[in-house]
Amino acid sequence: MSGAIRDPRLRWAAVFAAAVVLIALPFAVDAVLGRAWVRIIDVALLFILLGLGLNIVVGYAGLLDLGYIAFFAVGAYSYALLASPQFGLHGSFVVVLPLAALVAAAFGVLLGAPTLKLRGDYLAIVTLGFGEIIRICLNNLNRPVNITNGPQGITLIDPLAIGDIALNKTYTIAGFTVAPVHSYYFVFLACAAASIFISLRLEDSRIGRAWIAIREDELAAGSMGINTRNVKLLAFAMGATFGGLAGGLFASFQGFVSPESFTLLDSIMVLCMVVLGGMGNVGGVVLGAALLTALPEALRYAGPLQKQWLGDVYIDPSDLRMLLFGLALVLMMLFRPAGLWPSTLRRREFAGGEDAHAAQ
Amino acid sequence: MDIFLQQLVNGLVLGSIYALVALGYTMVYGILGLINFAHGDICMIGALTALTVAQALAAMGLPPPLVLALAALAAVLVCVALGVSIERVAYRPLRRAPRLAPLITAIGVSVLLQYSAALVWGKQYLSMPEVVKPSAIVWGGVQLTDLQAFIFLLACALMGALLWFIQSSRMGRAMRATEQNPDVAGLMGVNVNHVIAFTFLLGSAVGAIAGMMVVLYYGVGHYFMGFMLGLKAFTAAVLGGIGNVAGAMLGGLLLGVVESLAAGYIGDLTGGVLGSNYRDVFAFLVLIGVLVFRPSGIMGQHTGDRA
Repeated sequence: MSGAIRDPRLRWAAVFAAAVVLIALPFAVDAVLGRAWVRIIDVALLFILLGLGLNIVVGYAGLLDLGYIAFFAVGAYSYALLASPQFGLHGSFVVVLPLAALVAAAFGVLLGAPTLKLRGDYLAIVTLGFGEIIRICLNNLNRPVNITNGPQGITLIDPLAIGDIALNKTYTIAGFTVAPVHSYYFVFLACAAASIFISLRLEDSRIGRAWIAIREDELAAGSMGINTRNVKLLAFAMGATFGGLAGGLFASFQGFVSPESFTLLDSIMVLCMVVLGGMGNVGGVVLGAALLTALPEALRYAGPLQKQWLGDVYIDPSDLRMLLFGLALVLMMLFRPAGLWPSTLRRREFAGGEDAHAAQ
Repeated sequence: MDIFLQQLVNGLVLGSIYALVALGYTMVYGILGLINFAHGDICMIGALTALTVAQALAAMGLPPPLVLALAALAAVLVCVALGVSIERVAYRPLRRAPRLAPLITAIGVSVLLQYSAALVWGKQYLSMPEVVKPSAIVWGGVQLTDLQAFIFLLACALMGALLWFIQSSRMGRAMRATEQNPDVAGLMGVNVNHVIAFTFLLGSAVGAIAGMMVVLYYGVGHYFMGFMLGLKAFTAAVLGGIGNVAGAMLGGLLLGVVESLAAGYIGDLTGGVLGSNYRDVFAFLVLIGVLVFRPSGIMGQHTGDRA
């Protein structure tokens, strides 16, 4: 990616231009499309965080995880329990957010440890089961001792705040109205940027290469001296950390969490983002997350169009939205089987697909 | 003890339905290495088709066995058409693609099927007409309705027939050959495309019957019912060793029994702290436990390790 522009001055100019665009983006979107879309962008940034986390597990290390949303849930609930009236705890986010990420990482290891021997789809179903276990427990841990408040979820979660400056209030800075969605945008943007940076650096690091080696051939990687057990556990923990951080941010952003937000379908959505964007490629994952968050929202406009073009509402708009979404998933995969923006390695693999298949 | 036997019976009936659905997953997985996420929704379409046909025919006052047979026939025809065309459109072009690509199209197809069903049948619960009035057979303290017995026996008969078919028929041999190595099977004169299409046909037909059993058993159908059914069946297939037909049957029965026993006993064992709403947790814990000790499922063989 960074190799595209050689001249350092041009590169700095490009970085500066990108920064200006990203800073102006929420205000421009607010003015043109309305505040709902700023919120959608915020959610997209969270999904980028989630997608990059899952990309470590699935894209780099090749461990198919169908229960990834569990870590998001663990992070969200950790934050919610430590910063809400539920237990009367109101920890500062400086402490609670890293703690949420840490707890999620611990759960990552907890899931990883017993499943190290499993391969391929056996791992997929165990992770799926793990995700369901977490969700069902969150749903039912209101009896006999009320911990998670059951299906009602936890409300009145503290926003991100330093002293009196809380992100859930609207401020006016230099003539700009900075609503909560705007201020959270910048927090999420910073986190997403940091996670992109970390992912890119990891990819080229010793650990990243070890992950990719395991993905390609675990036995060979082991015989080259990679400690496959530790490296796989690290992939789980690292992926879960991203998920936990995203969960903590989500809880503070929404002010409300309930088990409803952490279903298997959400895990599958994140996986779709990673695979559809281009597994193992940071740019692809970012693209996939942005696209799949925006697509269902954009398809909301399909309902009115139906009336305009066909003269009547034949199909319930929300159903039509899901139908088109399903169709889009199928078509995108049929036309770009390796993802919209595949990593160079995958692209090479796919170009030689016939040979690769025969060799297996 | 009575509770134990009763839950065992209930579990076996439920498990036989899971096993039928699991067969669809495992056959497709064995040949294509694909988790056919849409399979549960195919069963749902079968269930709702059977339900609609049964409603219409029962209103005409046809005798119950005829109503059931015609409803089953309609469900099988619709599902077979669906299954084969889904394979043709969404999976066949991706046969040489990276492994996760067809998984995403399968998820897309699953969403499409669910919301198409919502369009056709609406989103409310639909009730199956009571074609057969269940009468209970009490047998040594265990209660078994004739509906349960019918479901269990039919499921066992279907599974037996399927095992025989795969072991003994010409097509079954071609299926096994394709499973071992599609390229070499092709060289031996097996038409691989036909075999794969036939696998989808067989899986969808059995799934349609399983779907009809679900609406018969619970009395209601819903456009989203395929999701949980598919999830359980997929779990069962993995539990037994995915790709292994006999394993899927065993896994289905085992999962059904574990779930029923858990529902019956969790409350008592934990002194009422955990209720029967934890029965899925229990089912998945058993799955994880089994896989930790037998990483390829109960009857499975070693599989590839690529995601």
